[in-house]
Amino acid sequence: MNINTTKIISLLFFIFSAFYLYTAYQIQVFAFDENAPFNARTFPIYLGYAGLFFSGLKLVLPEPNTIKVDHKNLEYKKTAILIVIAIIYGATILKIGYFLTTSLFLFSSYYFLGERRWILMFLLSFPFVAAFMYLLHGVLDIYLRDPFLQSIGVMG
Amino acid sequence: MIEGILIGLTTALTLQNILMVMVGCFFGTIIGMLPGLGPMTAIALMIPITYGFDPATGLILMAGVYYGAVFGGSTSSILLNAPGVPGTVATSFDGYPMAQQGKAGKALAIAAWSSFAGGTLSAIYLLFMAPSLSKVSLSFRSPDYFALMILGLTAIAAFSSKGQFLKAMMMVVLGLMLASVGQDSLSDITRFTFDNMNLTDGISFVLVVMATFAMSEALTIILKRNDPTSAAKQVSLTELGSIKINKEERTKMYKTIPRSSIIGFLIGVLPGAGATIASFLAYGMERNVVNDEEKEKFGKGSVNGLSAPETANNAACSGSFVPMLTLGIPGSGTTAVMLGALLGFGVQPGPRLYMTNPEIFWSIIMSMYIGMVILLILNLPLIPYIARILAVPKNYLIPLILFFSVTGIYVMSFNNFDIYLMIGIAVVATFLRLYDFPMPPLILAFVLGGLMEENLRRSLLLSNGSWEFLWDRTLTLCILLTTILIVVWHFYKSIIRK
Repeated sequence: MNINTTKIISLLFFIFSAFYLYTAYQIQVFAFDENAPFNARTFPIYLGYAGLFFSGLKLVLPEPNTIKVDHKNLEYKKTAILIVIAIIYGATILKIGYFLTTSLFLFSSYYFLGERRWILMFLLSFPFVAAFMYLLHGVLDIYLRDPFLQSIGVMG
Repeated sequence: MIEGILIGLTTALTLQNILMVMVGCFFGTIIGMLPGLGPMTAIALMIPITYGFDPATGLILMAGVYYGAVFGGSTSSILLNAPGVPGTVATSFDGYPMAQQGKAGKALAIAAWSSFAGGTLSAIYLLFMAPSLSKVSLSFRSPDYFALMILGLTAIAAFSSKGQFLKAMMMVVLGLMLASVGQDSLSDITRFTFDNMNLTDGISFVLVVMATFAMSEALTIILKRNDPTSAAKQVSLTELGSIKINKEERTKMYKTIPRSSIIGFLIGVLPGAGATIASFLAYGMERNVVNDEEKEKFGKGSVNGLSAPETANNAACSGSFVPMLTLGIPGSGTTAVMLGALLGFGVQPGPRLYMTNPEIFWSIIMSMYIGMVILLILNLPLIPYIARILAVPKNYLIPLILFFSVTGIYVMSFNNFDIYLMIGIAVVATFLRLYDFPMPPLILAFVLGGLMEENLRRSLLLSNGSWEFLWDRTLTLCILLTTILIVVWHFYKSIIRK
């Protein structure tokens, strides 16, 4: 059976809207605001119903232009690797510091995308991040926490 | 008005601001040339940098990026038949065939001159229309603003690609839902935070823009790397040809530019329309008004066919500043991003901007003229060199886009939760884009969400909970009727097409 992915997305959006609406009804408002014409939960409730309405219509109405995505031609593996690298980057940046994590993030991204020109990869990661960091930290005065550079005495 | 123009000139002509326009135009041209990366991505990448400047300088930089990106988009349309931005799709209809005939240099020059003329003419229209529009908009009350926002959101959904109205409306609702996360502005009650302190202040606008445009764009490029339909075509950069425009071609452009600039500007002023529709309409109109002999050349390298969309898309860029600056309602996805940046600066666009921050208002308008001149000076002689950026390997380009996105978020919050949230939103956005769910309506809704709730709150409180405020005032009723007309027209067109 050929299931239309747009309909599945619409169904997911319908479920999400129902959950949003349920959560909107759970918003605690002040007692004196409970019967006010407008309180903190009014707008989200309307949004929840709007989400149900539009996704419901999309589910029910026929699809004029069916979008066909050829999954065989999509690079899921490389995309997933890049996302994982970005998550690891997020997990380590506060502990290790901006310079080393960002440089390694760039270097590994070039590598996993198939690049093998090592000198160019190095130049566009470590020195590039150092220059960018100088621009942020030294010129624009944006403080960047960096335990690694502090431990080797480069940053105060 | 003269005093305002002088204030604007004084602000725009400082060394720092001229430098900003130049940097913006150059950076925008390069980003705009890269297929898939448009002005929204370019401006989104610029936002964290602009927070270091005063509002006028920051906006001048973003305006430069905007024009540059639109022109840059034309370059990749002409050379690669791969429009960098949707607004330059119509440019490729005649620009690419011209390049294939060995006249790429000429096509780029026609595009540059048409963009310049379109932008300059629309900046003149803007100069005279914006103050009067801002006076009219002073009479707006909360119900009118609420109705206007409904109109803006409906219009951007209706004007999105064919048969995508419901998808666009779903994205509008999703944008409004994302905007509702965090503390309620009046009661400070937290909503949809699920006891996570990081969400108490809501989701950052920059985070949403970076995730839905820059990061998801990069992920989409990687995902579709082997897709033969999206594979970038290579172009021989040595075959650009002459950039000189002869007398006959100039005569054709003299006729095309004024009419296309008017169409472009008027379409740009409409909330939600923007450069894409403007360029298509101008192309269609031009095809209808030229003689039969010229009509035959359309799609095969016509000068009129190239000049019309180029003039219109740049004119629409200036036009879209009118509703943003005077009403606080963005005319396009890109100006929605800029509106968010303005709010980040603590500047509230709208009718009072003209009075409370005249230096911002006028310096943007003045910097448009300067931006146009700089674009022309920068782009004409640099065409062969700028075109080389198209050869940057994606193996380097994608990680650098990801780097700028993640760094942009990190330096704003110094918090890794925001990085995870951005990755999450980017993954969802990438998946949605695969199935043609448009992102500009989401951004526009996210930006307008807070203002919309605020105006609905005021309207409902003033009318004691009654929805009569929607038809009590003539202005509100007119705006709502326009909204209904747009929806009805959209469905009528869909039925006719079938």
